[in-house]
Amino acid sequence: MLAIGIAAAVIGTFLALQINWFPAQGSTAAGKIDTLYDWLLVASVPMFVLVMSVAIYCVVRFRVRPGAPTGDGPPIHGNTRLEIIWVTIPFLIVTALAVYAAVVLAQIEEKKPNELQVRAIGQQFTWHFEYTQAGGRKFRSDQLVLPNKRPVHVKINSRDVIHSFWVPAFRLKEDAVPGQTDHVRFTPNRLGSYEVVCAELCGAGHSTMRVAARVVSPQQYQRFVQSKLRPAGAAGGAAAGGGAKAGGGATAAQGKTIFTGEGGCGACHTLSAAGTTGTVGPNLTKVHIAREGAGFIKQSIEDPNAKIAPGFPKGVMPQDFKTKLGPQKIDALVKYLLQAGK
Amino acid sequence: MATAAATVQHPHGTVHQPRSRWTAPGWYRVLIALPLGFFLAFAIITLARLALGYHPTISWTGIVTLAMVTMPLAFIVGIGCFDYWFYWASGRPTRPEDHSGHGATTWRDYFRVNTDHKVIGIQYIVTTFFFFAAGGLMAMLMRAELAQPGTQFVNANTFNGLFSVHASLMIFLFIIPVFAGIANFVVPLMIGAPDMAFPRLNALSFWMLPTAGVLMLASFLAPGGSFATGWTAYAPLSTDTPLGQTFFSMAVQFAGASSVATGLNFLVTIITMRAPGMTFWRMPLLVWANFTTSLLVVIATPFIAGSQFFLLLDRALHTNFFDVNVGGDPIMYQHVFWFYSHPAVYIMMLPGFGIISEVISTHARKPVFGYRMMAFSLLAIVFLGFTVWAHHMFVSGMSHWLRVPMMITTMLIAVPTGIKIFSWLATLYRGVIHLRTPMLFALGFITMFTLGGISGVMLAVIPYDIHVSDTYFVVAHIHYVLFGGSVFTIYAGIYHWFPKMTGRMYDETLGKIHFWISFITFNTTFGPMHLIGIDGMPRRVADYAEHYAGWNVFISISAFIFGASFFIFLYNMISSWRHGPPAPGNPWNAHTIEWQVSSPPPIFNFDEVPTVVGGPYEYGVPGARHAVFKEREAAPAGVAQTAAAE
Repeated sequence: MLAIGIAAAVIGTFLALQINWFPAQGSTAAGKIDTLYDWLLVASVPMFVLVMSVAIYCVVRFRVRPGAPTGDGPPIHGNTRLEIIWVTIPFLIVTALAVYAAVVLAQIEEKKPNELQVRAIGQQFTWHFEYTQAGGRKFRSDQLVLPNKRPVHVKINSRDVIHSFWVPAFRLKEDAVPGQTDHVRFTPNRLGSYEVVCAELCGAGHSTMRVAARVVSPQQYQRFVQSKLRPAGAAGGAAAGGGAKAGGGATAAQGKTIFTGEGGCGACHTLSAAGTTGTVGPNLTKVHIAREGAGFIKQSIEDPNAKIAPGFPKGVMPQDFKTKLGPQKIDALVKYLLQAGK
Repeated sequence: MATAAATVQHPHGTVHQPRSRWTAPGWYRVLIALPLGFFLAFAIITLARLALGYHPTISWTGIVTLAMVTMPLAFIVGIGCFDYWFYWASGRPTRPEDHSGHGATTWRDYFRVNTDHKVIGIQYIVTTFFFFAAGGLMAMLMRAELAQPGTQFVNANTFNGLFSVHASLMIFLFIIPVFAGIANFVVPLMIGAPDMAFPRLNALSFWMLPTAGVLMLASFLAPGGSFATGWTAYAPLSTDTPLGQTFFSMAVQFAGASSVATGLNFLVTIITMRAPGMTFWRMPLLVWANFTTSLLVVIATPFIAGSQFFLLLDRALHTNFFDVNVGGDPIMYQHVFWFYSHPAVYIMMLPGFGIISEVISTHARKPVFGYRMMAFSLLAIVFLGFTVWAHHMFVSGMSHWLRVPMMITTMLIAVPTGIKIFSWLATLYRGVIHLRTPMLFALGFITMFTLGGISGVMLAVIPYDIHVSDTYFVVAHIHYVLFGGSVFTIYAGIYHWFPKMTGRMYDETLGKIHFWISFITFNTTFGPMHLIGIDGMPRRVADYAEHYAGWNVFISISAFIFGASFFIFLYNMISSWRHGPPAPGNPWNAHTIEWQVSSPPPIFNFDEVPTVVGGPYEYGVPGARHAVFKEREAAPAGVAQTAAAE
C-alpha cells in the first residue's frame, strides 16, 4: 500500500505541475504567484493522494464479502503517538506555507521608485483611467495603456457601488469601494493586449464590465500620452479632465465617447453606430431611439424609471447619471443619440 | 406514511372543546389571518403617510415591506404556534399539556403544529428537501444559460436573481435547517430524553422556516425581479436595487430567528436532559457536533440579523449606514456579514462531522478512533471559526494589516479538521466495512471534503487568493465543501436513519446507484470549475469569453445528469416509505440509544428511561453496552426479546 501510495503521490504531483492553467504572465507578480501555486500543489496533492489511498486500501482490504463471517473490528480506541504526528505535520506544513505566502505578499506589494501614477475609476458598467503626468497634468483614457517594464501604482476608486479591478494576466485584484481609495502596485513585463475585468458583482451589466489593458513599448506609450495631451484632442480627450468646461457647447462627437467610455452606456445597450453589443437594456438601434425625441432621451437617462420599455425590469439602469455626468455631458449624449439612433 | 404509530392511542385522551374550523389553529385560520396581516400593513403605512402628509398617500413599496413582517407573523399565529402562550398571557385557562399533539397518525398531521420532536424532525427534513429541489432547479436553469457564451434563456438580471436565490435557499433553507431536522429527530433519542427541552419553541422554530422560504421564492414576483445581489447582498449595491432585495433581508430574519431558537433548544436539551450515566464523555459524537453547532448558531446568527437590519433600515427608512456621501461605510457591512457567514460554514459542516462519525463507526464496526480528540477538535473549530471571517475580504479594501493574521488563523483550522479526517481513516483501518449506502456517502464525503479543505487552504494563501477570489475557483471550492462535504453527509444521515424515522428499509440498490451517479457527476461538474477559475473566468456572470466555452458545455452536461440523479433518491425515499420492507429496531446493530427502541420509536421515545453504562462506540469489546433498560431486561426473557425485536 505504501509503495503504491507514494508512487501515486509522485505521479499526481508531477502531472499537476506539468499542466499550466494560468493565463499569460503579464507582470512580475505573476511569476511569483504561479510559483507559489506550484508549491501549494506540492504540499496538497500528496495529502489528497494519501487520504485517497488509505480510504481505497481500507475498502478493498477490509470490506465484508458475501458469505464471509462478520462481526466487529478490533476495539482500537486511539493511539497517542499517531495523533501527535497528525497534529504536528499539518501544523508544520501550514506554518511553512503561511511564512512563504507572507514573504511573497510583501514582495508583490513593495513600493518601487519612479512609479507611474494611474487612477482607475469604476462605475456601472465600465472603467476609466486618469493619468497624472510628472508636472501634475492629468488626462483621461477609456483604456488602460501601460509602458512595458515600468512600475505602476494604481489608485482605485468607485463612483457608485463596489467593483473589483482585476487583470487576470497581472494576477492582481483589489475592490473599488465608493468613498475610499485602494491600491495595487505591479510592473507589467510582457507586451500585449489584456483585459481589465470587474470581479465584484455590481448589477445587471456586471458581466459586460471589461475594458482593454494594453502593455506597449515606452515609445508607443509616449505617443499615447502626446495624443491625450494635445489640446482639443481628437478621440476622447475633450470630454475628459474637466477640459470641456470652457463650454463651447456639447457635440455629438463628445456624446459618442461618453456613450462608449465614461458613461458606460454600451455595456448594456446595443447601438450599431457605436459598435456596442450590450443586451441588458433595450437595443437602441432597433427601437430607433432618435424617433422618440430629445425630451424622451434626456428623461430616460436622467430618470430611467419614468418610462420603462416593455419586457425590461424597472430599477436596473443606474439612476444617478444626472449627477454623475452633469448637464453638459448628457446634452452631448442626447445629441449623439439623435444622430446615431435613427 | 403508514407507520406503526398509526395504532397508537393518545394516552391521556383528548379533551378539546369543539371549535369552529375557522377559529381553531390550522390552515382555515391561516386563510383568515393572511389577509388580516396584509390589511394591517396597509392600514399602518397608509395612516402614517396620511398623518405625515406624504404624497402619494398609498405607497405599495412601503406596504409590501411591512407586509413582509405582518403576513408571516399572521401565518404563524394562524397555524397555531402562539395559541398556548396567548391563552397564558391573557389569563385564560391554558389547556394542560396532554401530549395530544404528539405523534403523527396520518400525513395530515405533518401539516399541523406538532410538539413531538420526531414529527418536527420529519417536517424539517421534508420541507428543506423541497427547497433543495427548488434551488437545484435554479442551478439547472443557470447551467442551461451558461452552456454557451452569449444570452440564450434568461437575461442578465434574471440570471443574477437565479444565483442569488439559489445560494440563499441552499444555505438558509436547506443545509442549515436540514441538519436541525436530522438532529431534532435523533438527538433526544440518542441522549435518552423523551423530547426536546422546549417542545412549543421547537414547533415555532419549524414554522418560521417555510415563511422564510416562501419569501425568498416570492421575490421573483416583485417588480424588478428577485433580489439579484448574490446571497452576500453587498451594500451599497443592495441598498439601491428594486423591492426584491427586501424579501431577502426579511427572509433571513425569519430563518435566523428559527436557527437561534433551535440552537438554544439543543443547548438546553443536551445540557439538562441527558439520561442517567450519560456524561459529556459518553455522548455520541453527533450530540457533540450539535452541541458545538448550537454554540456557533447562538453566538453568530445575531450578526447577520444585524447586517440585514442595517440594510433594511437603509432601504426603508433612508438611514445612511452604507451611504458614503453621508459618512456610511460599505466595508462595515462586509465585516458584520462575514462575522456570521464564516462561522455559518461550520454551522453547515459540524453536524455533518457528527453524522459521519456515527455512520463510519457503525458500518465499519469499530470505535471512533481518538474519540476525545474528535470532540476537542469540534471545540477548536468553534473557537477558531470566529477568528477567520476577514479571509473573505482579502481584496475588499479593508485594513491591510488584518490580512496576514486572518491567513494564519484560517490555515490553522486545517489542523483540527485534519485530525477528524485522519481519525475517520484510522477508524476504517482494520474495520469490518459494510459498504451500504450511508457508508458509501461517508467515504465520498471524506475524499471530497479533503479536496475542498485543500482548496480552502490554498484560498487562505493571500497572494494566490488575490488572483482567484471572485472566480470559478471559489465556486468550485464552496461546492466541494458544501455539496461534497455537507450534502453528502446529509445523504449519509438520511439513509442511515431512514429505517428509524419511517420504520421501513430503503432500497439498497437504488441507494448505491444514486451514490455512484452523483459522486461521478459531482466531480465532472465542479472539478473543471477550479481550472476555468484559475484561467480567469469570474463568477456571477451570465456571459463569458468564447475561450471558456468548451469547459462550460462539459460542466453543463454533467450538471444535468447530476441534477437528474436526485430523482433516484426521491423515488427511493417515497416508494420505500410507502412499500419498503418493515425495519427492525436495530438494523445496523448499532450501540447508540436511538437503535435500542422500536422503528419508528414509541410516541414518547422510551417506555423506560435508559441508563448509560459506557461509551457509545464499544464495538469489538466483548459484552460492552452503551445503555441498558433495567426493567425491560429484568422482565422474563421472552418479553425482553419481543421488545427488542419490535
